[in-house]
Amino acid sequence: MDVVARHEILLPVKPGFIVATLTGAVLLNMMPWTGWMAWLRPDFVALVVLYWVIDQPRRVGFMVAFLLGLLVDVAEGALLGQHALSYTILTYAGIALARRVRMFSPAAQMVHVIPLFLLNDVVVIGIRMLAGADFPGYRYYISGIVAGALWPLVALLLRLPQRPRENDHG
Amino acid sequence: MESAPPPFFRTGPSPLARLFIFTILALVLLGTDARLRYLETVRQIVSVVIYPLQRIAGAPLSIATRVSDFFTTQSSLQTENAKLSQQTLTQSAQLQQLALLQTENEHLRKLLGARERLKSRSSFAEVLYAARDPFSRRVWIDKGSQEEVQPGQPVIDGNGVVGQVTRVMPWLSEVTLITDKGHLVPVLNTRNGVRAVLGGTGSGDTLELKFVPLNADFEVGDQLVTSGIDGVYPPGLPVAQIVNIERNAAFIFARILCKPLAGVSSHRQVLVVHAERKIPERPAEEEPKKAAPAKKGRRGGAGA
Repeated sequence: MDVVARHEILLPVKPGFIVATLTGAVLLNMMPWTGWMAWLRPDFVALVVLYWVIDQPRRVGFMVAFLLGLLVDVAEGALLGQHALSYTILTYAGIALARRVRMFSPAAQMVHVIPLFLLNDVVVIGIRMLAGADFPGYRYYISGIVAGALWPLVALLLRLPQRPRENDHG
Repeated sequence: MESAPPPFFRTGPSPLARLFIFTILALVLLGTDARLRYLETVRQIVSVVIYPLQRIAGAPLSIATRVSDFFTTQSSLQTENAKLSQQTLTQSAQLQQLALLQTENEHLRKLLGARERLKSRSSFAEVLYAARDPFSRRVWIDKGSQEEVQPGQPVIDGNGVVGQVTRVMPWLSEVTLITDKGHLVPVLNTRNGVRAVLGGTGSGDTLELKFVPLNADFEVGDQLVTSGIDGVYPPGLPVAQIVNIERNAAFIFARILCKPLAGVSSHRQVLVVHAERKIPERPAEEEPKKAAPAKKGRRGGAGA
């Protein structure tokens, strides 16, 4: 049941850790990125939500993704429901692909995950264009690719507390 | 370790059914928020909850700015100090003249029977960050409804108009910049008094004068100030300068591009103007009997 398929027994995940990582992702999303970094900035909340949906589908599911989407909508001043919808679709895609994704190494998982983040961006842009905005240009999608590139790092980082302690051996 | 064994068989709706339920819920929320205004209270409540997170998220940048401010060289501080005291001197001379001109203006208006200009006060605010939404040009400032900021108040800086307050939370406000796509400012050409409407394009720092006929008297370099006829922006505030005009006979309107005078996307300190504007009431509608011959007259006039 782990994202990074290693052949060792892992400690269970504390719910507090999941809450802490999601809060950290929301904080990173809200940091004032300026200039060219504003385009490169990936959606950290989507990244962490997708990781937990694949890793802990019992704990982090549609409801958590939906509520986090609403939170991100209010933080960014977007229409309420924009990110809620995109995270819901991301969660469904994560659940559908979870068993397949777990079979690969983190680097190969990147290939699976990048289209999901691009889909996340497409949904957000689609909703805004329906509400009457212009297309912001193709460089908006770079943030999805950056999110996918950060996936192996996130997967390894978030798995750290689960690694068994040294004194647990034998 | 968990005290009970984990549920091995997931009961409840399948993922696809959950997807449908949550998608419909999200679409309902989107429709309600886009068309109606019922969700503003929900937004306010959630924003109060995430306000500490927003301040924490903005802390690293403000700390870094303060640290780098601390390490400025003394020579740069001295030159800035000299420049600022010179500016203050010239501006205080102008302020003395302003007081005199204001009394004269009031006196003249009374003589003419014109409505007197209302004085407005302003409060100082600092831009915290730009809204992440790449579709709209909006920024957040650190004054909210607790400091008597209301939606609709104009926001200016030392050089001109920056934007307008659109959303107010208890401690933060959202300001829509004049470069935002849906934002319009009624302006006046200082050279010849021609009025026009200046709209944002949403891209870069360009503004566009809308619905200007091909033969209108605009030239590159004209300064545009607010005309004040919308009741929102006080009149006389500088807004933009014309940089490019294209007059193509294939289109009805000329394409006039302008550059904003204020540091719309760069300056951090702004002023929120608490202007109280009173517009006279619309005259009451006349009765239909009297309106019919008037309408016929108007139609004839329009057709001629």
